Amino acid sequence: MVRGLLLVRLARRAEGRTGRVDRAGRIGRVGRVGAVFLRDLTAARNLGEALLLATGLLEPLLYLLSIGFGVGGLIGEITLADGQRVPYPVFVAPAMLAASAMSGPFMESSIGFFAKMRFRKLYDATVCTPVTPAEIAIGELLWSLAQASLFALSFVVIMTAMGLTTVTGALAALPVAVLIGFAFGGLGLLLATFLTGWQDFDYLGAAVFLMFLFSGTFAPVEDYPTAAQVVVHLTPLFHGVSAVRDLTFGSPGWGLLVHLGYLVGVGVLGLWLASRRISRTLCR
Amino acid sequence: MPEPEPLIEARRLVKRFGDFVAVDGIDLRVRPGEFFGFLGPNGAGKSSTMRMIGCVSPPSAGTLRVFGRDPVADGPAIRARLGVCPQRDSLDEELSVRENLTVYARCFGIARREARRRAEELLEFVQLTERARDRVEPLSGGMKRRLAIARALINDPDVLMLDEPTTGLDPQARHLVWERLFQLKQRGVTQVLTTHYMDEAEQLCDRLVVMDRGRIVAEGSPRQLIDEFSTKEVVELRFGNERTDAVAARLGDRLTGCCERQEVLPDRILLYTVDGDATVDAVHQRDATPSSVLVRRSTLEDVFLHLTGRTLVD
Repeated sequence: MVRGLLLVRLARRAEGRTGRVDRAGRIGRVGRVGAVFLRDLTAARNLGEALLLATGLLEPLLYLLSIGFGVGGLIGEITLADGQRVPYPVFVAPAMLAASAMSGPFMESSIGFFAKMRFRKLYDATVCTPVTPAEIAIGELLWSLAQASLFALSFVVIMTAMGLTTVTGALAALPVAVLIGFAFGGLGLLLATFLTGWQDFDYLGAAVFLMFLFSGTFAPVEDYPTAAQVVVHLTPLFHGVSAVRDLTFGSPGWGLLVHLGYLVGVGVLGLWLASRRISRTLCR
Repeated sequence: MPEPEPLIEARRLVKRFGDFVAVDGIDLRVRPGEFFGFLGPNGAGKSSTMRMIGCVSPPSAGTLRVFGRDPVADGPAIRARLGVCPQRDSLDEELSVRENLTVYARCFGIARREARRRAEELLEFVQLTERARDRVEPLSGGMKRRLAIARALINDPDVLMLDEPTTGLDPQARHLVWERLFQLKQRGVTQVLTTHYMDEAEQLCDRLVVMDRGRIVAEGSPRQLIDEFSTKEVVELRFGNERTDAVAARLGDRLTGCCERQEVLPDRILLYTVDGDATVDAVHQRDATPSSVLVRRSTLEDVFLHLTGRTLVD
C-alpha cells in the first residue's frame, strides 16, 4: 500500500521533471528518456506491482535470515584472508544486498525488455515518436534501477537496524548497489538482443543463480580452487559483492576502485552495444 | 503560382533486405493537403516505403526528403511532425485507453495538462470517450484501430501516415474509420495511406500510386487511372454451371468485336467496354446465352488486377 502511494507520488514528480517540454512539443533527450520511464511507472501503477515489489525485498531478507543467521548460528565467526574475524551474518548480508541489486535490473532488462520488444511490439509505436532506440534502452534501464534502489534502500536500513553495518557503511553501500544494478541492467539489455525465445530464459535464470551461489557470496573466494577463483574474478557480481563488503565492514583500498571500475565498464559497454543492436532490430 | 514545396519527396528510392529488394527505385511527391495512397498487393513494398518515410528504416539507396529534411540525419525532428498509425495497432495493453494517448503525448514533449486536453478531444473524435478508463485488451478491432488513429493524431501532425487502416475490420467499423479520415481531409490534414482495398483508395485518395514488386506501375487520381488502364464500363457474364473456358472456346471470337478487351475468369467472363448496354445487346445478338448479365462502372479493382495480375501473392 505504502509503496503504491509512493509510486503515485513519484509518477507525479517524474511528470513534472521529464525535461523541458512545451505545447509545441519540442523535446530534449532528457524528456524523451523520461517519457519511457513514465510509461513504465504508469503501467506499474495499473498492474498493482506493489506486491511484486515487496517480494523483491523479501527474497534477500529471507536468505539473510535463513542462511546468514540460521547457518551462521552453526558457524559463528569466520576468518577472512586478511586475518579479520567477522560474524557470519555480517559477511553474508552485503552479498545479499549485491545479489538483489543484480537480479531485479538484470531480469527486467533481459527477459522483460525482450518480451516488450519482440512479443508485445511495444516499441514499434515508440520509435515513431522523436524518442530514439538508445533513449528507450536508457529509459528502461533507469526504471529498473529506480526499483532496485528502493529494495537496496530498504535492505540497508534493515542491515543497519540489525547491527550488521554502520550508518556510514550503509550510506556508502547504497550507491554501489545502484551501480551493480546499472552493470547488470546494461548487460541484460545486451543479452536481450540475442535472445530468441522462452527456452533462452532458463539459461539466464541458471546464470544468475550460479553467480548468486559462487561469487564469494556464502564463502570467501580464497577458499575456492584456483581455477574457480579465476572464473569468479571475471563475474561482475564478485566485484559487486567485494565492493559492498569493503564498504560495510572492511577497509576500502585500491581494490575498491578496481571493483567499481569493472562495474562501470560492464554497464557502459553493455548499454552502448545494446543500444546499437536494439536500433538495428527496431529500425531495420 | 509556384507549386508548393512537397512534404515528402523521393527519388530513385531503394530498400533492400539482404538480397531481397523490397522497394526498387521509386519516385514520388506528396503535396500539402493531399490525400495520397499506395495501392498494391501484399509484398509490393508499400509498408517498407512507409517505414522509410516514417524515419524508422534507413533507405538503402536514392534520396528521400521529408519536410525538406533527411530522415537519417534528422529522424527525431521529422518524427515530431508525423503521425503514424502502424499496421499492427501496437497499443500498450498495460495502459488504459486514455493513458495510451497521454503517455504517447509525453514522447513528443507535450506537457501533461495539454496532453490530457488533447486526449479528451481525440477520444471524442474517435467515439471512445465512454471507454477512456478501460483497458485496451477487451476493445473490439475497430475500437483499437480508432484508438491507434487517435494516438497518431496526438501531436497534431503535419502528415498522418496510415498503414492499412481498415484491414481486418467489419463493414461498419470500416465506414466509421473512413468517415473520420474524410473529416481530417476536410480539415486539410495531409494523409498518406496504404491499402489493398480498391474502394478505400477510390473513396479517399486524391492521388495514388499502384505498386507491384517494389516498383510504381501507375500513378494518378483514381479517375485518371481508370480512364488510362481500364474502360468506362465492364460487362460481367455468368454461365450457370458451365465452365467459362469451355464457354470461351464455344464462343470463339464471336465476342471480340463487341468490346475492347475480354478476360476469362473461372466463374465469369469480363468484357471491358465504353458502352455497356451496347455490348450487352451485341452479346445477345451473337447467341452467347449467358445465365446472368451485369453492367457496372469500371473500378480501381479492374485497374489494379489489370496492372498487377491475378496471381496470388503471399
